[in-house]
Amino acid sequence: MDFGTIIDAAFSAALGPEAIVFALAAIGLNIHFGYTGLLNFGQAGFMAVGAYGLAVSVVTFDLPFWLGITIALIAPIGLALLLGIPTLRLRADYLAIVTIAAAEILRLIFGSAEMVDTFGGSNGLSGFAQPYQDLNPFSSGLDLGFVSFSRSVLWSTVVGWALVLLCVLITWLLMRSPWGRVLRSIREDEDAVRSLGKNVFAYKMQALILGGIFGGIAGLYLALKQASVVPSDYSTNITFFAYTALLLGGAARVWGPVIGAMIFWFLMSGISAILGQLTNGPDPLLPTWVLTSTEVSLVRFVLVGIGLMLLMVFRPQGIFGDRREIAIDAR
Amino acid sequence: MPANTTGTTSAFEGVAHEPGSPKNDPIVIGDNIVRTFGGLKAVDVAHVEIQRGAITALIGPNGAGKTTLFNLLTGFDVPDDGTWSFNGTPLQRKAAFKVARLGMVRTFQLTKVLAKLTVIENMRLGATSQVGENFFAALFKPLWAKQEDDITARADELLKRFKLDAKREDFAGSMSGGQRKLLEMARALMADPELIMLDEPMAGVNPALKQSLLGHVKSLRDEGRTVLFVEHDMDMVRDISDWVIVMAQGQIVAEGTPESVMKDPRVIDAYLGAHHDVDLDEVEESPEHLELHGETHD
Repeated sequence: MDFGTIIDAAFSAALGPEAIVFALAAIGLNIHFGYTGLLNFGQAGFMAVGAYGLAVSVVTFDLPFWLGITIALIAPIGLALLLGIPTLRLRADYLAIVTIAAAEILRLIFGSAEMVDTFGGSNGLSGFAQPYQDLNPFSSGLDLGFVSFSRSVLWSTVVGWALVLLCVLITWLLMRSPWGRVLRSIREDEDAVRSLGKNVFAYKMQALILGGIFGGIAGLYLALKQASVVPSDYSTNITFFAYTALLLGGAARVWGPVIGAMIFWFLMSGISAILGQLTNGPDPLLPTWVLTSTEVSLVRFVLVGIGLMLLMVFRPQGIFGDRREIAIDAR
Repeated sequence: MPANTTGTTSAFEGVAHEPGSPKNDPIVIGDNIVRTFGGLKAVDVAHVEIQRGAITALIGPNGAGKTTLFNLLTGFDVPDDGTWSFNGTPLQRKAAFKVARLGMVRTFQLTKVLAKLTVIENMRLGATSQVGENFFAALFKPLWAKQEDDITARADELLKRFKLDAKREDFAGSMSGGQRKLLEMARALMADPELIMLDEPMAGVNPALKQSLLGHVKSLRDEGRTVLFVEHDMDMVRDISDWVIVMAQGQIVAEGTPESVMKDPRVIDAYLGAHHDVDLDEVEESPEHLELHGETHD
């Protein structure tokens, strides 16, 4: 076993762009679900409109890069309004149904053969990220011993963590304010908030927009980092991985989604590297009747799933959560 | 202590003891308010007026439509028909939060405390016109820090008054049912309402706390607020209300001072029972009483 490779794989996923994408998406879900109690199951859709907002603007319509970035940040607002206006007045479950459906619709439209001229079909779009790569100030990669980044990954990592810090800062500023208090109160009981003269619908809409923008930034960042957009990158399981990261770290905690995303990717990558080595070669350490190398990428999901179950049993509030809050739920 | 302090009895001078009677200075006026659930007419109120600056009790048997009327007046439910106004402002089709902003704040029969917020945060939420509740202002603490301090000071004062100050930092969800009632009432007061509508404020509150709660409700009136409350506890109704409105099957069947209403044979028939003035012990001792008591509960 080569532990160096395993540690490098685990850390570069936990500290690199993989974790950053999910951290950003999960910060958005934290606004939606953690603080406001909105069940958004379509965060992948918000990510997709962010990514395609840039790609379509630059590639299809030949607009300048920075205008594309602006459009990418505005597009999630439009999606939030579109989804929120009809559903936010209804019970919470309706938003869940509508968002998961909308995310799938968007993914299918972006991948459709009919609109291949606009969205690039299942191959997606590329060739819009050059200005982003040109901004890269690093002349070489970085090797810290236990983890190493190539030049372009290093740039993406720095940009990504800066974005995460910015989103965390905004979340922290808002959640210590009376605005955040209204959101948390809506999560507990909408009618009580209404009875005190607060426009619940407007607050839920603001929360949906803010979390949607964070999701859009996640998608935009993913698009920039890999210099392409592909519809399959924005499938529904992305949303659920982001939820996993959020619950792992602890919902309604400012750092919860960030730490959750890091742990999630540390485990995913680490487990897959360990299993990969155990099943590798003509004479693997694990007998083939137990596990073959082709099964590794599936088995790691099973193991992460079991890990999540254990977490929910022994620490349901997540890593940062407050045990007292869970005790209240049990009443 | 007399039920009515001076000043409030005179508010009802010359007011007829009959359903829908016009008041001297009404704060709420409602006309032809109808709400049906399927075939059932839950509320069918031809005319109702609530006197300003007084404590009005709304009583009646279960299913009389008291809470539904509360919901309709405060915008939590939409009636089939009807008009009503608060301080002359028509309220039909107004959203619940706008009604609350006008100064008409309610509490709920099943208390709605915000379980995972602390008691003090529950209280702070009640304050109206908070600068920091605007999205962009929220980002800059200096814009709302001063107001937050004022709100907190006011909240602490109210918590002390309601003897909840020891619970300040506890989650509201960890409190007992009676304490939740108190918190909900205190939180409603944070909104500084002109009319406060309490839905069964005494349900689940222990006797000692009840006494202080009675005092609180009276002091609300003395502060110049109008109180409208739904209650089944006849001692409380007798003790603190200036005026009583009796509902049955969605309609107002009687109105008057507590004394007159409780003597009204229709009210006794519909709601109170023939022995509402008699202790339960006495009823149980006398076989004749026992029989009658059983009948009234049919």
